[in-house]
Amino acid sequence: MTAHISAAVLRAYATGELGADDAMAWPVEAHLEACPQCQERLADEVPGPVRDMVAEARLAVLAQARNGPPPVRRRRLRRLSHRWASWSVLPWALVTLLAVAAAFLLDETFAARSSVVLMLAPVAPLGGLAVAWSRRSDPAWETVSGTARAGLELLLRRTVVVLVVVLPLLAAVGWRLGTNPALWLLPCLAFTAAALLLGGLIGMSRAAALLGGGWMLAVALPTLIADRQPVLVQPQSLPGWAVAAVALALLTLLRAGDHRHHTSWK
Amino acid sequence: MRAVSADELAPSTEAWPVQATGLRVKAGSRLAVDGLDLTLGPGVHGLLGPNGAGKTTLMRALATVVRPEDGRLRLLGRDVRQRKTLRTLRSRLGYLPQQFGFYPKFTVRDYVEYMAWLREVPTTAVPAATQRAIDRVGLTGRADSRLRSLSGGMLRRAGIAQAIVNEPELLLLDEPTVGLDPGQRVEFRELLRDLGDGSCVLVSTHLVEDVVAACTNVLLLDEGRLVFRGLPGELARLGASDGVGDSAAERGYSVLLREHRSAA
Repeated sequence: MTAHISAAVLRAYATGELGADDAMAWPVEAHLEACPQCQERLADEVPGPVRDMVAEARLAVLAQARNGPPPVRRRRLRRLSHRWASWSVLPWALVTLLAVAAAFLLDETFAARSSVVLMLAPVAPLGGLAVAWSRRSDPAWETVSGTARAGLELLLRRTVVVLVVVLPLLAAVGWRLGTNPALWLLPCLAFTAAALLLGGLIGMSRAAALLGGGWMLAVALPTLIADRQPVLVQPQSLPGWAVAAVALALLTLLRAGDHRHHTSWK
Repeated sequence: MRAVSADELAPSTEAWPVQATGLRVKAGSRLAVDGLDLTLGPGVHGLLGPNGAGKTTLMRALATVVRPEDGRLRLLGRDVRQRKTLRTLRSRLGYLPQQFGFYPKFTVRDYVEYMAWLREVPTTAVPAATQRAIDRVGLTGRADSRLRSLSGGMLRRAGIAQAIVNEPELLLLDEPTVGLDPGQRVEFRELLRDLGDGSCVLVSTHLVEDVVAACTNVLLLDEGRLVFRGLPGELARLGASDGVGDSAAERGYSVLLREHRSAA
């Protein structure tokens, strides 16, 4: 900090003799900004009209602070919920809940027949994924898809939301039926990863439809009609599912850039 | 001592925020932008053209939503095909799409904050940036109203707020004046001039008078190609004695289109 401003210079500044374009005014102003003592001395030096004007301005600022809009409250929770939630998923969550509940009732009533829950588990998250990342169900898709965070990061957030709905549901049902948890968990994760990988190339909704339809037609329907457990949902096929899930997840990470463009939203 | 990355040494301001050569962009199966050469500097550029001229497709390509089929496109000095720099590039863009979708349950503040977060505005700066953007479009009084309760013009303004919340260096506004009443349009033009001060703003519209009033530069697009580029005054001069329309600029616009189509 420089030495305090001399009384003569301060008076010249206060009365306007030291103009704004005077080179001497610069160090005075620089000092005044940082020095409360000199600010107080300046207050004594300024002529009456200026003092009145400053007092008036002060009153106006205080009135504005009293009558103006109140400051916005902190909204951490609200913000957090917006960043994670995708509201379009809600109707789908209800449908999945009903489907899993129906499958559970069938399994409990006809315990001897092949498990409907295990046939449903792999495709349970696909509907949610299709809804969470689609042009049709996300009204703001065009605004969102051009932003920095759009892409695999945002898609994974929405995937987590979908899995948080699906997995506890399957866990509860599986526990009631006494099924090996890996039998529904691994296929479920493998299909999720497959949908994310394929979705980058042809669009999430299309990928979900293709995978879900394929599984239903090729595996689930024949199984339920012929009433025998296919080798795909037997404990001996679990290592295969694990390898598939990990490999597909890694490939998805490698192909993360695919989700940056509008094809992914088809 | 530390190593300096190539990214740090790259010039922070580019002579041409938008640089396109031989750009081809598809809309569905049709080539909506077909061999476009375009360089845009700072300022407000008005993009005019009849329906189906490829304005919206061009905007989408510039917003990096749609990947160009062919040709070169550099935005703010970065190639849009470069995956590594796409993310940082996107955080410097602002985009208001023509079909501006929104979440009806969000309030204006929620929505602008969410978009600020998506555009990677630093977390601590988000509330202030949001407030500033809302103030600039004149929605201060309605900041905590739900989006579904707003009128069409207010929604547009909320859309503009989300586009400018990150103080973008390249701002793309697709039909921003739809639904604004005359008073709001005048205010919007002032905002545009203010925005064009340091950054590059591209406004697509079919309202010729908006372009004349607020733009430093006029671009005319037809069938995916650039037909005319010049000052708003030139447009008015062309329409001084010829063409159809209510104002000189509108007549100039029709003259240009007619000349281009008869030549083709």
